[in-house]
Amino acid sequence: MVITDELVTYLEALGRIKLPEESRAKAQSDLQEILQYIDTLSELDTEGIEPMSHALPLTNVMRDDEVQPSIPTEDVLKNAPAQKDNYFLVPRSFE
Amino acid sequence: MAKTTSWEIVMGLEVHVELATKTKIFCSCTTEFGGAPNTHCCPVCTGMPGVLPSLNRQVVNYATRAGLALNCEITRYNKFDRKNYFYPDLPKAYQISQLYLPICRNGGVEIEAEGGGKKIIGIHEIHMEEDAGKLVHDPWTDSTMVDYNRCGVPLIEIVSEPDFRSANEVIRYLEKLKAILQFIGVSDCKMQEGSLRADINLSVRPVGSDKFGTRTEMKNMNSFKAIARAINGESKRQIEVLEEGGTVKQETRRWDDNKDASFAMRSKEDAQDYKYFPEPDLIPIEISEEVIEETRKNLPELPEAKRQRYVGELGLSEYDAAQITTSKYLVALFEENLAAGYPAKELANWIMGEVMRMLSDSGKEPEEMAFDYGYLGALIGMVQRSEITRNTAKKVFKAVFEEGCDPVKYVEEHNLKTVTDTGAVKAAIEEVVAANQKSVDEYKSGKEKALQYLIGQSMRALRGKADPQTVTAILKELLG
Amino acid sequence: MNLADMTALELGAAIKKGEISAVEAAKFSLGQIDKYNSRFSCFVTVQDDVLQRAEEVQQKITSGEYTSPLAGVPMGIKDNMCQKGIQTSCGSRMLGNFKPTYSATAVEEIMKAGAVPLGKLNMDEFAMGSTSETSYFGATKNPWNVNCVPGGSSGGSAAAVAAGECFYALGSDTGGSIRQPASFCGVTGIKPTYGSVSRFGLVAYASSLDQIGPLARNAADCAAVLGEIMKQDKKDNTSVATKGVALDAVLHTDVKGMKIGIPTDFFGEGLDKEVAASIEAAAKQLESMGATVEKFDMPIVKYAIPAYYIIASAEASSNLSRYDGIKYGYRADDFEDLLDLYTKSRSEGFGMEVKRRIMLGCFVLSSGYYDAYYRKALQAKALIKGAFDKAFEKYDLILGPVAPTTALKIGENLSDPLKMYLGDML
Repeated sequence: MVITDELVTYLEALGRIKLPEESRAKAQSDLQEILQYIDTLSELDTEGIEPMSHALPLTNVMRDDEVQPSIPTEDVLKNAPAQKDNYFLVPRSFE
Repeated sequence: MAKTTSWEIVMGLEVHVELATKTKIFCSCTTEFGGAPNTHCCPVCTGMPGVLPSLNRQVVNYATRAGLALNCEITRYNKFDRKNYFYPDLPKAYQISQLYLPICRNGGVEIEAEGGGKKIIGIHEIHMEEDAGKLVHDPWTDSTMVDYNRCGVPLIEIVSEPDFRSANEVIRYLEKLKAILQFIGVSDCKMQEGSLRADINLSVRPVGSDKFGTRTEMKNMNSFKAIARAINGESKRQIEVLEEGGTVKQETRRWDDNKDASFAMRSKEDAQDYKYFPEPDLIPIEISEEVIEETRKNLPELPEAKRQRYVGELGLSEYDAAQITTSKYLVALFEENLAAGYPAKELANWIMGEVMRMLSDSGKEPEEMAFDYGYLGALIGMVQRSEITRNTAKKVFKAVFEEGCDPVKYVEEHNLKTVTDTGAVKAAIEEVVAANQKSVDEYKSGKEKALQYLIGQSMRALRGKADPQTVTAILKELLG
Repeated sequence: MNLADMTALELGAAIKKGEISAVEAAKFSLGQIDKYNSRFSCFVTVQDDVLQRAEEVQQKITSGEYTSPLAGVPMGIKDNMCQKGIQTSCGSRMLGNFKPTYSATAVEEIMKAGAVPLGKLNMDEFAMGSTSETSYFGATKNPWNVNCVPGGSSGGSAAAVAAGECFYALGSDTGGSIRQPASFCGVTGIKPTYGSVSRFGLVAYASSLDQIGPLARNAADCAAVLGEIMKQDKKDNTSVATKGVALDAVLHTDVKGMKIGIPTDFFGEGLDKEVAASIEAAAKQLESMGATVEKFDMPIVKYAIPAYYIIASAEASSNLSRYDGIKYGYRADDFEDLLDLYTKSRSEGFGMEVKRRIMLGCFVLSSGYYDAYYRKALQAKALIKGAFDKAFEKYDLILGPVAPTTALKIGENLSDPLKMYLGDML
């Protein structure tokens, strides 16, 4: 697997980040090196092994459907970078 | 160059239904509709750092119940997955949903097919997920304002097979779905409040072809009528594109009911890759055979069974039974008064006649009927006892429907009782006969129409409160 | 009474006996912070209500409300645990101004035990790193040698305990983030079994691996802290009920008859002779006390790090998506539209290491690569867990080094991410 410049751009887009121009090349080679390393996993025979997303021997942890008070609106918005009339404010997001 | 290909429309539906739980799917905030912006929120549903979801068991119960009512297989071992995308209405930037192991699979709903007969619409799967917040455009700042009250309200997404061939089939399926979900109490299915939303995947192909065309996904239809218009509009658009030699682009389109047209939506992200993976914050849910059987046993009588019972046991017509069982609320209106001893056929006539007409005139859904259901029976009782005429009853029902008036009081207050004193009726008719000599002469010379006129005048003089048959009889007697 | 030499439990006992007050203890710790924080940069935030809290705690100790052996003892909290009203930055510019309106369950539990929090401890940005150099607020130094790193990501926690700025600290461990800095700083730390401490309010790095745990001067102190924070929590569906920690049993040092296994695979290339020697010494010590120690092969462990990196990066890429400049945290000043707001805020708000892991995480989850990487890693995880389950059928305890080396020089690791990753976990 070769980490191309296009792939770096695609991953930037997926993660909504942009690398500074001067560190792109380094990031690309770092990713390549890391990938090469994690590729060692491919040696491992995992035929027929059920992927394990949860190591816990647990099922059916659920809560009852009982209303608890919400928090004050001022607390909801307390850390908001921009707000208006108790709404969060973002750039126009309609077509 | 005119082409003569005839086209077939192929559609599949993704229906999102908000479940009628008291609290959100992953936190204990209320699901109540409306509320001032960002008042039904907590750190969990607004995706603050470090918070964790805590699953509401009622969501699993309701989803299981819906699956069984829609003839699905219930998945015994369930997991949740994360669907990752950035959008301001999604505070965690991922939606907790189910991709790999949806709770229900392989179900179906029977509908009347286009051109008669029955047809099964397959249900591919039903999965549980969380609703997103609401975006409001702010014209003053040309910005978008975000309200997270809806965020985290539990949804089931019901994904059909591509089994629809016409707008009528789609509407029938949705009506049926809505009725079933309302009957089993898992959702109020109010389209106007967004608790039932249908996205339509639509493609067209030449009749006879067994390959699917490229489909578009249409969103933002908020009534059955809008859905029918959207289907017609979009299928016409695709056929035009194809007949002009173009190709249909796979995209999501937004229906604008005011403009009667759909518009391609700007893709949510350039790279549309949801990067699904198992939700690490929630553990698997196992649904045992016992729970499934218990749930099945406790399902209420479903609309289809009711329909059959109404025809078989109560003698309603197929059509009336089918119409009444489209709505939990019409059924409640019917059954509540049936239980009070009013005759089934009379009730059905009223529901199919006046109730439907008032609903249609007012543009309301049955769930919006705000009057005490017992009032319909009370009204029928007054007619049965000849206290009011059928015509008066219809007028009174308008007041019942529109203002929620108690019909018995209303009749009294407005002095609408039938005049039962034959002497008084006769006196009034005699006055009419005396004042309309010309019509009397015409009738005597054989003009039947003149009699109708005299009946009308008499009824008017009696302010509609007499039995028309009695009036006719007395008139005929007076005129010899 | 020389406070500087006391363990948390010793100080707790002295406070209980009235030999010293919680306020005096807090003043001592604030003095230590004054003396050392500019040199070691352990604390990102020092709370301004420490003495007030100490007074309140002292009253409740006197009135008998607080009975924990740790009541009144000054402590620190890693800056990725939410504490109501206190800046919780995760060592990132992204959350540099974030003040939660809620507290982590572990923080609430330790407060119920009468803890006196001094402030928030430095860490690698979003817990991604093993040197505490990636913090936006500057690198923490190893108090034993300021040219060395304290390890990470809970480097501030380990260094603060080592420097005597606090008597114990809460840290978090995903792939070694408590154990490795504890080792580098010569203190004791433990990553409890996943699920035993609630993660609610711990800013997530890799949800299926993150776990809060203590760093302190010895095992007894760690056990005392665990005794307070190991509680099942309704707010964390992945938390489990445990038997808790019986302090008496922990303090009882009899290992007679205990079977201890040492995986030979931990002693491969790259392991410092010094580290290997101290493991051997520990094994000998245990043997002399009556345990049986034997070596065994566990070849699967070589796949633990690649699997860890895939799983952790994948979960992190999703967990860190919520930092979008809309609800809280850093928002770029200039942006053209929504996409630009996202991209600029995240690019300016996150450091290089975080960006790298987000990109790696996006890669292993992206369509086309999911099966080869993410799914494969989950399969490896199943095999690794199986191997450990089998080993624990035979042994009561598995012994191994925490890190391949002792504390590294500052800057040594940062330029070589792979080396950093390899040091992250054995």
